[in-house]
Amino acid sequence: MVDLKISDKPLNIQSCIDWVMTPQCGGIDVFIGTVREATKGKTVVRLEFEAYEKMALKEMRKIAEEALQKWNVHKISIHHRTGILKIGEIPVVIAVSAAHRDAAFDACRYIIDTLKKTVPIWKKEIFENGEVWVAAHP
Amino acid sequence: MKVNILAFGIVKEIFQRSVIEIDLDGTPTISNLKSELEKNYPRLSQIASYMIAVNDEYATTDLIIDSKDEIAIIPPVSGG
Repeated sequence: MVDLKISDKPLNIQSCIDWVMTPQCGGIDVFIGTVREATKGKTVVRLEFEAYEKMALKEMRKIAEEALQKWNVHKISIHHRTGILKIGEIPVVIAVSAAHRDAAFDACRYIIDTLKKTVPIWKKEIFENGEVWVAAHP
Repeated sequence: MKVNILAFGIVKEIFQRSVIEIDLDGTPTISNLKSELEKNYPRLSQIASYMIAVNDEYATTDLIIDSKDEIAIIPPVSGG
């Protein structure tokens, strides 16, 4: 089972954990992305996230369904934030429950790694003296 | 054939708007659309790469588009 959300409101980590919790699971792996204060030595003021929401949800579902096929995991929750985020705020939460920890760790890592490659969400870094869309230029 | 194109991230800044209209001559394939876009917006060729999505799915270059399709330009993604 899969729970997906894209929201411009702060993400609720506990609700992701609660959603994946099942009596059958022996562990829950949680990945929490956080806004870092610097990129390559440059001070970051804030990040701005934009999503092609309809397609992003579709791609997130594909990733979660693939993870459910590849590993013996029970439930997956993926929440992603949009809008303006300050240092320490949370752009993404992924929670995966499984009977045994190996599957939960592996699936969770696969989900965040693939999300970063295929889900149409974009991040702009705003520095003290400029801004850049991450990965946009060679 | 006239098609509307949705833009996000850096592409929205290149177009200076979130939707543009493109007039396509000949067979409306994804590769023809890309050539026409790059002709009208040369800065598009300067970004690292971009994909075209048709009806919320990444499209291959030989796909033929219909005027009713929802078409979007997907510059390099950077979520997470």
